[in-house]
Amino acid sequence: MNIYLTLFIEFFKIGLFAVGGGLATVPFLYDLADKYDWITPEMISDMIAVAESTPGPIGINTATYVGFNAGGVPGSIIASLSLVLPSFIIILMISRVITKFQTNPYVISVFSTLRPAVTALILAAGLQVLDMVIFTSGFQGFGVNLVAALNIKTSLLFLALLGISMKKSFHPIIIIATAAAAGVIFKM
Amino acid sequence: MDRKMKEIIKLYTTFFKIGIMTFGGGYAMLPMIQREIVEKNKWATEEEVMNYYAVGQCTPGIIAVNTATFIGYFQSGIIGSLAATFGVITPSILIITVIAAFIQGYSDAAVVQHAFSGITAAVAVLIINAVIKLWKSGVKGVFGMAVFAAALIADVILDVPTVIIVVCAVALGAGMELFRKINGRRNEK
Repeated sequence: MNIYLTLFIEFFKIGLFAVGGGLATVPFLYDLADKYDWITPEMISDMIAVAESTPGPIGINTATYVGFNAGGVPGSIIASLSLVLPSFIIILMISRVITKFQTNPYVISVFSTLRPAVTALILAAGLQVLDMVIFTSGFQGFGVNLVAALNIKTSLLFLALLGISMKKSFHPIIIIATAAAAGVIFKM
Repeated sequence: MDRKMKEIIKLYTTFFKIGIMTFGGGYAMLPMIQREIVEKNKWATEEEVMNYYAVGQCTPGIIAVNTATFIGYFQSGIIGSLAATFGVITPSILIITVIAAFIQGYSDAAVVQHAFSGITAAVAVLIINAVIKLWKSGVKGVFGMAVFAAALIADVILDVPTVIIVVCAVALGAGMELFRKINGRRNEK
């Protein structure tokens, strides 16, 4: 199938099913990495870092990035527009009945189940990133020597950053910049 | 230039500014939207913006973009919503395309690779922080935890596609409300 058509379909789907904003698109990116060769799971964390440290909504930023990798500049435009299209249509429909929508018992009930599910999906995406941080070439199962497979430098950096961010909330850019500097200095 | 056209351009440029001035999306955009939309242009009240945000959170798509669509629509109809939506995403498309092209050219450089190994650790921390926030606000009671656990197992262990998990969560929520309604009616009789 034509690459632009594929990008349109995939990102329209993400736009339709990614609820909750921000990182909610990330679990879908891992699905894309499984299905296509535009991106690898390693690239997803780079994309999140770029998306978080540049202006604009994270979902649009990652869509633009994936679109560019898959199909250059036209790809980046198609991916971002396709991501926006479903919500654009839905919002236009809802804007007439906005006050009723928020108090609709079905909407409230759907959100009581959707929120925990989305939280789990984002955690699962986080675990995939964490896997790359802790192990040099990813988790290979319990059979291999787990200690030898550890990436000590990045694991320590992770623990340090986690500890700091638990004490005081820093802007994502500061955490990313610190980590990039540590990566270069300690040759991670 | 007629008034309508001016309004459309104003919507585009205002949301372009919101897009380019906010890092991180989501709630990071709220203060900027409040300043530009509520205080400067008086396109909506504080309360209306909070409503758009709440609805933006519980509809698919990006919250900041959804808010732009709402405000654009109420200001100047469908053309207004198009202008506001394009405005808020234009900076992202421009900036990210340049960066993606740049990184592609330099991704083999050792310095870039070291930097991104470090950055991966930062991204893991950012995601965990987001999960903690979402857990506090969205995972309520034993039922919430059960849904959370089921979704986690479905994703990590069973490798169920993300779309299917989302659809199941929506169906479960709607089904529960339907069940409550039927039960309530039966109890009334």
